[in-house]
Amino acid sequence: MDFKTILFYMLSAVMIFAAFRVITARNPVHAALFLVLAFFQASGLWLLLQAEFLAVALIVVYVGAVMVLFLFVVMMLDINIESVRRGFWNHLPLGATIGGLMVFEMFAVLSGRYFGLDAMPQQTNPVGYSNTKELGRLLFTDFAYPFELASVILLVAIIAAVVLTHRKRKDSKVMRVVDQLAVRREDRIRMVNMPSEKETAE
Amino acid sequence: MMEALLQPLQAFFGPIWPLVWTLVKIVGIMIPLLLSMAYMTLAERKVIGYMHIRLGPNRVGFWGLMQPIADGIKLLFKEIIVPTGADKWLFFLAPIFALAPALAVWAIIPFADGWVLANVDAGVLLMLAITSFGVYGVIIAGWASNSKYPFLGAMRASAQMVSYEVSMGLALICVLMVSNSLNLTDIVRVQNHGYFADHGWGLFSWNWLPLLPMFVVYLISGVAETNRAPFDVVEGESEIVAGHMVEYSGMAFALFFLAEYTNMIVVSAMVAIFFLGGWLSPVGFLQHLPLVGFAFSDGFHWLALKMAATLFFFIWIRATFPRYRYDQIMRLGWKVFVPLCLLWIFVIGVWMMSPLNIFK
Repeated sequence: MDFKTILFYMLSAVMIFAAFRVITARNPVHAALFLVLAFFQASGLWLLLQAEFLAVALIVVYVGAVMVLFLFVVMMLDINIESVRRGFWNHLPLGATIGGLMVFEMFAVLSGRYFGLDAMPQQTNPVGYSNTKELGRLLFTDFAYPFELASVILLVAIIAAVVLTHRKRKDSKVMRVVDQLAVRREDRIRMVNMPSEKETAE
Repeated sequence: MMEALLQPLQAFFGPIWPLVWTLVKIVGIMIPLLLSMAYMTLAERKVIGYMHIRLGPNRVGFWGLMQPIADGIKLLFKEIIVPTGADKWLFFLAPIFALAPALAVWAIIPFADGWVLANVDAGVLLMLAITSFGVYGVIIAGWASNSKYPFLGAMRASAQMVSYEVSMGLALICVLMVSNSLNLTDIVRVQNHGYFADHGWGLFSWNWLPLLPMFVVYLISGVAETNRAPFDVVEGESEIVAGHMVEYSGMAFALFFLAEYTNMIVVSAMVAIFFLGGWLSPVGFLQHLPLVGFAFSDGFHWLALKMAATLFFFIWIRATFPRYRYDQIMRLGWKVFVPLCLLWIFVIGVWMMSPLNIFK
């Protein structure tokens, strides 16, 4: 067993443990942090597959941004675990369907070897091969239109999210920063000339 | 020469030699870093002291030089108090989460041409990935303390750091566009090209001049990202006492303190590498002078000098500006920096496509 295989099993074991804890942890904050741990392991696995761009992007996007906001929300929520438990039997049919689908998909992937996927040649990369550069080249040449389409859809989603949550309060007060910056000393301070009083001899 | 010296050691360690050599390099980076971290605290107190026309620490050792050591010993021997109802595991993990990414980034920072622990191709991305993890230390500390002020600090920190990461990342996109690489060593090397660099005036061919707005954005975002004054609402002594660190004492508190100073040094190194030409000499034409010429050629000393200047700038603005109000911080990040970055990406794009392109 070479070093890479040991690494693979280590990362996978921790990842499975973390993923398991995500759904079993009682405290939602702990669950979110275990999800972060799972992301780190997944990115480690991708590094083993020489997909360094995807690995780093996973950390930047999910760990660096998405999970921070997620934690932000989870910490503020007051989740009542009891009421969530009570809904177990109601949610079971939907959950079981999705779970079954995922099991089927994993089975399809794992059984690929029986359908002849192992006949695919192993990819070997030339020296100086840069995964990031290659990905960038493909995204901006062969897949330029799908890429642009995806970005437009994301932009629409951003604007939609802003519009949906934007509500104007009538009683809110707004500061006009331009006006604040344009303030000069003369507008605020008035110099008053007061002659000093003379002491009168009495 | 170095190779010849290492030959016997290499033979002695055999197959585990790469591991040993990497560990030696890590120690070689960490020890000076920890020392500069400690003395950064002294430098800050001294500089701010002089700016306030007082002396600063001057009792321990000559000119107060032993002060950081004394502080360290004091903090080591203090009791660490865990608040009632705190999440013990996370309470102790938080300071580690704060410090570890700040130290891990140093793996990819090139100190001079070829002097880098890991010459990673996607170096900039890796840097963004590692530094983005730093916010967890603050958030977890705030939550695990089971106390109100730390929680408020954590909320402020997460919003602020995520916001300024956006403008930092966008500013870096301009740098990547002109350098055509994500490798930090390459980014510095590219800055050695151009009319001025060819005539020995490297100073004017570095990224800070053509990307001046981005340089300013990155510098200010760097201050905000490290939660330093005037963006230190996360600690905000006058409002929420000390933010996420209120409940920490002794060495656990010291780790947060060290993380802040390491982050400052990291940001200064990044500013030096991305915009100030890293280890390149600003006045290369002087390197042919007799005797003193070596000081004007490229090398680590220039990087150190640039980092020191940036760090001085950080301390300087701390002593100068009053604290920003929270909504103003958010406004500056989202309504000023982000549009400015997007505009400048467009400007650079047009510039690079025009015949006036200087980035080749």
